[in-house]
Amino acid sequence: MLKAIGLRSVDDLFAPIPAEYRLTRDLNIPRQMAESEIVDFFRQRSRENGDGYTSFLGAGAYFHYRPVIIDSLISRGEFLTAYTPYQAEISQGTLQSIFEFQTMICELTGMEVANASMYDGSTAAAEGVMMAVRLTGRRSVVVARSLHPEYREVLATYATHQGMPLSVAGFGDDGRVNLKDLEKAITPETACVLVQSPNFFGTIEDVAAIAEIAHKHGAMLVVSIAEAVSLGIVEPPRAADVIAMEAQSFGVPLGFGGPYCGVIATREKYVRQMPGRLVGQTTDKQGKRGFVLTLATREQHIRREKATSNICTNQALIALMVNIFMTVYGKVGLKELAKQNLAKTAYAAGHFAKHGKLLFGGAPRFNEFVVQTSEDPYAINSRLLGHKMVGGLPLKKFYPELGNVALWCCTEMTTRSAIDTAVGLVAESERSVRSAKEEVEEVAR
Amino acid sequence: MKHMTRKATRHVNQNEGLIFEKSSAGKAAWKLPPLDVPEVDTAKLLGSSERKDLGAMPEVSEIEIIRHFTRMSTWNYAIDLGMYPLGSCTMKYNPRVNEAVARVEGIANGHPYQPEKISQGALYILKTLSEQLIEITGMDAITLQPAAGAHGEMTGLLMVRAYHQSKGNARKKILIPDSAHGTNPATAAMVNYAVENLKSDSRGMVDIASLEAQMNEDVAALMLTNPNTLGVFEQDIHKIADILHAKGGLLYMDGANMNALVGKVRPGDFGVDVMHLNLHKTFSTPHGGGGPGSGPVAIKKALEPFLPTPVVTTKSDGTLGFDYDRPHSVGRVRAFYGNFGMFVRALAYIQANGPDGLRQTTEDAVLNANYIRKGLEGTYDLPYSTPTMHEVVFSDRLQFKKGVRTMDIAKRLIDYGFHPYTTAFPLIVPGALMIEPTESESKEEMDLFVEAMKSIAEEVEEDPQIVLDAPHSTRVSRLDETAAARKPVLRWKPAN
Repeated sequence: MLKAIGLRSVDDLFAPIPAEYRLTRDLNIPRQMAESEIVDFFRQRSRENGDGYTSFLGAGAYFHYRPVIIDSLISRGEFLTAYTPYQAEISQGTLQSIFEFQTMICELTGMEVANASMYDGSTAAAEGVMMAVRLTGRRSVVVARSLHPEYREVLATYATHQGMPLSVAGFGDDGRVNLKDLEKAITPETACVLVQSPNFFGTIEDVAAIAEIAHKHGAMLVVSIAEAVSLGIVEPPRAADVIAMEAQSFGVPLGFGGPYCGVIATREKYVRQMPGRLVGQTTDKQGKRGFVLTLATREQHIRREKATSNICTNQALIALMVNIFMTVYGKVGLKELAKQNLAKTAYAAGHFAKHGKLLFGGAPRFNEFVVQTSEDPYAINSRLLGHKMVGGLPLKKFYPELGNVALWCCTEMTTRSAIDTAVGLVAESERSVRSAKEEVEEVAR
Repeated sequence: MKHMTRKATRHVNQNEGLIFEKSSAGKAAWKLPPLDVPEVDTAKLLGSSERKDLGAMPEVSEIEIIRHFTRMSTWNYAIDLGMYPLGSCTMKYNPRVNEAVARVEGIANGHPYQPEKISQGALYILKTLSEQLIEITGMDAITLQPAAGAHGEMTGLLMVRAYHQSKGNARKKILIPDSAHGTNPATAAMVNYAVENLKSDSRGMVDIASLEAQMNEDVAALMLTNPNTLGVFEQDIHKIADILHAKGGLLYMDGANMNALVGKVRPGDFGVDVMHLNLHKTFSTPHGGGGPGSGPVAIKKALEPFLPTPVVTTKSDGTLGFDYDRPHSVGRVRAFYGNFGMFVRALAYIQANGPDGLRQTTEDAVLNANYIRKGLEGTYDLPYSTPTMHEVVFSDRLQFKKGVRTMDIAKRLIDYGFHPYTTAFPLIVPGALMIEPTESESKEEMDLFVEAMKSIAEEVEEDPQIVLDAPHSTRVSRLDETAAARKPVLRWKPAN
């Protein structure tokens, strides 16, 4: 090949690079490894990474069963190793599957249009808010404190340099957005209100009431959904103007936080301000149905600095996982799956309440709940670890005002015996705190 | 087809409707285990929040689902089927060991909030990949959090802004060459910087005189792709960096074309202050039909305080953990830690290559692009004769005389069994054909490609209509994109 090009050595190919910058040594990284060594390396890392533990963690990342056909199908090279479907004639597989994805997301969220995916739920929420800012011509944003704390952080980062002042609406005793607080936070400059439902505490928000307040003031309502399985049994936030979703629960592995699958869904009239790719139906020269990427004039490769977002690569393969999951469970299965989540959680919450204090009891919840204990939840969790169990997420870092509380999650994967063990350890903790207290009182007397 | 292609033969493939058209009540592909806790009364638990109906969600059997997606998959072109020479996209082989290790139990099922004590495996992966990418780029620190290239650009510019702000002046604008990818200006706008275009010179490189004239204390950074989108290495890179640095500006490098540099030269050594990588390009993680990507941002020491939170740190007891206490951080750009599954794949790729493999990968990628350039020079117009690195850009000037544009040639290439190259980009080349073979292609595959391209050029001379009407062998012919955009149908609806 060098001869064909008319060069003597490979080094000649790199002549355009000034000599003083060319690397004259090996990169300082380990030598080539054989496939067997690579597999060994990652098996070792896996053993150091909670393999074999039962977990009660949720908080935006949920452990649901993944039907095996998801990986069989997404592993097909034609899906795995294809690029963005810009050449529609040889990308109909990807395009049709995205069209089905968009349809099912619309069905589940009650919205009219959905895009092909965003990076994740947190960035989808931030982009949803930016959409509302463009649509209303207003700039400020009211964010519920019951929105996932890391989603709030991401929004704050996105908002910093776009002149979008953020204010916060607190939550009441039932864990839901405090409507009086909300009313006070909204001004004539408010572009939108951003809430999550089920919210970070697992509590289902009164979306209709929130929407009424927002709309009364000419603001839009953006609703974030972090636990997609809830849509099987919980009424979707139909009063929302924009829904920003995290679809990880639909067949995407926890994977230490990513890759996940964000989605934005909205009303048809807002579609031209939507970020991200969209697939539309059309016909070919013979009148045959086909699918293409459409409304690209919103996007960066056409509009450059005037685009609705800079997003280019999205989460296509993960959206395919979500698509297959939704297809497997379908109309009946999703509902039954959601019901199992509800039943496990009701059982667990009921039993925890007998020992610790269950917060936010006044409103319906899906598959998460907050338990207050006398002892620091980190201490309880370290004992649970001894039973190869990961307890609920201590919330001190995010909500110091709530004291010793942890956010617990149950899914269809949580067994009754695991719940009983965890409840037993919390009960033990409460007993020992109580007897220690009694001892102190005894001594004092 | 005038010259029968050696690459592809027509073959029957299956028709398949939308999944909703196959649905009927009672079919199911799921089964839940019996409930081990008492059943609940959903109406009582949820009240008015209870959902009654799931609308038009499908009901189908497992074999129907398998066939549905398998049939659709056969309508896609993919790297696994052949050369995918999309310029600037680096469509290289996606090794299957990467997929296997990403699915090992503790890696696939690790929860992002599980205690650090039982997350040492994941933390070790984050730390090791970070260190190796720092060594490969010659930079000082890195964040893996951004989910894709454009997200990395945003993160990088946020750090640029924070850096300038810390010096008392955030500055106003970003210089962007006219050959740049559309994400660059779109990103600058998201970070509230004005965009100022910088023109290219006759070699296709940054025009140094223009840069000198446009550079002042209002410029926060220059966003430069190197090699640029013409596949040309910016030979005056040291001058470019000096001009920026003299006025306190920063050099941002878009690492989309890093596949031309790994193991041969390091951006940190030639004056780059901030850069992003695309793990889904250079480091072999699959494109998956449009994602997921991963866009780590590597920086010089002076920008380290501004990294997104959290960062991985070694604690006093020698174990690894996350540091959230970073008062100067630009904040979070994504929940959790980024597209971790892509880190696993990229690390496996680096391990499989080692220092010699990575260097050879780069050499082969550049050799392949030059081989194609040589093969097609004369047949297609080469607007810039500057030496080619990992990709070569031709134009359709010769074929346009017969009314044939780059998009038509691209569509005809499909009939010859290839995925098209990148069309109509970069914008500085009218009618561009941007070809990036990557190191994955053998001489045999490239010879077939050159043969196909030459054959198309002959067709343009003899019978241009056959090219203008292409593709002829796909299951759908050219689709009406105008109609799709004018009256958008973005979802299926049940017939009433």
